[in-house]
Amino acid sequence: MSKKILIPTPLRPFVNQQEVVETQASNVNDALKDLVLNFPKLEQHLYDGNGNLRKFINIYVNDSDIRDQDGVNTNLSDSDEVSLVPAIAGGMA
Amino acid sequence: MTTLNQDEINRYSRHLILSEVGPKGQEQLKASSVLCIGAGGLGCPLLLYLAAAGVGRIGIVDFDVVDESNLQRQVLYGVSSVGKSKAQVAKERLLDLNPHITVEVHETRLTSDNALELFKQYDVVADGTDNFATRYLVNDACVLAGKPNVYGSIFRFEGMVSVFNYEGGPNYRCLYSEPPPPGLVPSCAEGGVLGVLPGVVATLQATEVIKVLLGLGNVSSGKLLVYNALKMSFKELKITKKDDYEINELIDYDQFCGIPQQQEEKVIPEISVERLKEKLDANEDFTLIDVREETEFDICNINGQLMPLNQLDAFLGDLDKSKEYVVHCKMGGRSARAVAEMQDAGFTNVSNLAGGILAWIDKIDASLDRY
Repeated sequence: MSKKILIPTPLRPFVNQQEVVETQASNVNDALKDLVLNFPKLEQHLYDGNGNLRKFINIYVNDSDIRDQDGVNTNLSDSDEVSLVPAIAGGMA
Repeated sequence: MTTLNQDEINRYSRHLILSEVGPKGQEQLKASSVLCIGAGGLGCPLLLYLAAAGVGRIGIVDFDVVDESNLQRQVLYGVSSVGKSKAQVAKERLLDLNPHITVEVHETRLTSDNALELFKQYDVVADGTDNFATRYLVNDACVLAGKPNVYGSIFRFEGMVSVFNYEGGPNYRCLYSEPPPPGLVPSCAEGGVLGVLPGVVATLQATEVIKVLLGLGNVSSGKLLVYNALKMSFKELKITKKDDYEINELIDYDQFCGIPQQQEEKVIPEISVERLKEKLDANEDFTLIDVREETEFDICNINGQLMPLNQLDAFLGDLDKSKEYVVHCKMGGRSARAVAEMQDAGFTNVSNLAGGILAWIDKIDASLDRY
């Protein structure tokens, strides 16, 4: 059974405009590594130069931030949804 | 006995017969105050609904003037407002809508020097700004001044709403401790926004403001609502309090957000639209590159070679690094980043068209469509 990674609008240009990418990975780390392996342009947006997840993109599994779970080691079960949630600032202009 | 006069009783009758509001709640709204940062896409509907609801004192922070391209979503303004101060036009419109309230205009840029003094004068702050530096400033000032921050932000077809710093709840830094480096996330002016989207997000913000003022229902504290207009979906994400940041004083938020300071800006060579015209007229040997998106190119173009910024690296391999290039976008921001990227890749003679295609339209060729 695969799990879904939901790609937000600002990151879609780097994944051929797909909204959802499926993964077989069993934890968040593997899911994201697979993702950037398939879509190398996404890497600089998800990871900083030291290979850490960037702080302006949050990773949620279902409705909980992985920082409140086991971080990138958070396990994924069938039918879990991983959401990438980058900061957006628009509103006035 | 209520302190509301007969006019107010007539005006607010639909509130007065709601038992959750009633005369007591309406008086509470009248006695309360809200500071709205930004009178743009989010600020306009937010201000309209807060004024209509009878929030007694409303402050507006905005130093911008109305532009024709604002009218697609900034519903406080009309054709006759173009060129006028947003805050002043908003004040007139709100007082016309509800003369029983007070509207205070702050035609100034919100800064680390004035934010705390301003925030102290109001019960709630509503954030409708458009950049990360001001977002963090508003957040930190709310934490230091002890004010709830009713937050909304939008991008293309997606919006987010939450209430930060409410009764000890999480704040924006608990959600994102650091901003993205400049250029990685496009602004609405570059990325576009569906005109009705700020309407949806701002009316949700207005609802939360009124709930906070009245102590009504479950305020969206510790919860981020993510709205997707295309999917017609609302997703709720949990936000917990974090302790990986410190807010002791207001800082230099431009620097915090990595916005280049003066001396760094000089590294990007610029060329004026007049100079570009001369070069084109003289048939000089150089290549004009347009780093906007195809949809923008179709609206207007000056025969540049289309290489959208986020695909630029794929094009660079085919270009001769020793030749001369002039790069342009809509206003000059994206093209400056493209020039930097090309310099990093070893190009030696690249310059940025100052002011982008909009400057070209304003100064050289007014027959092109402005957007």
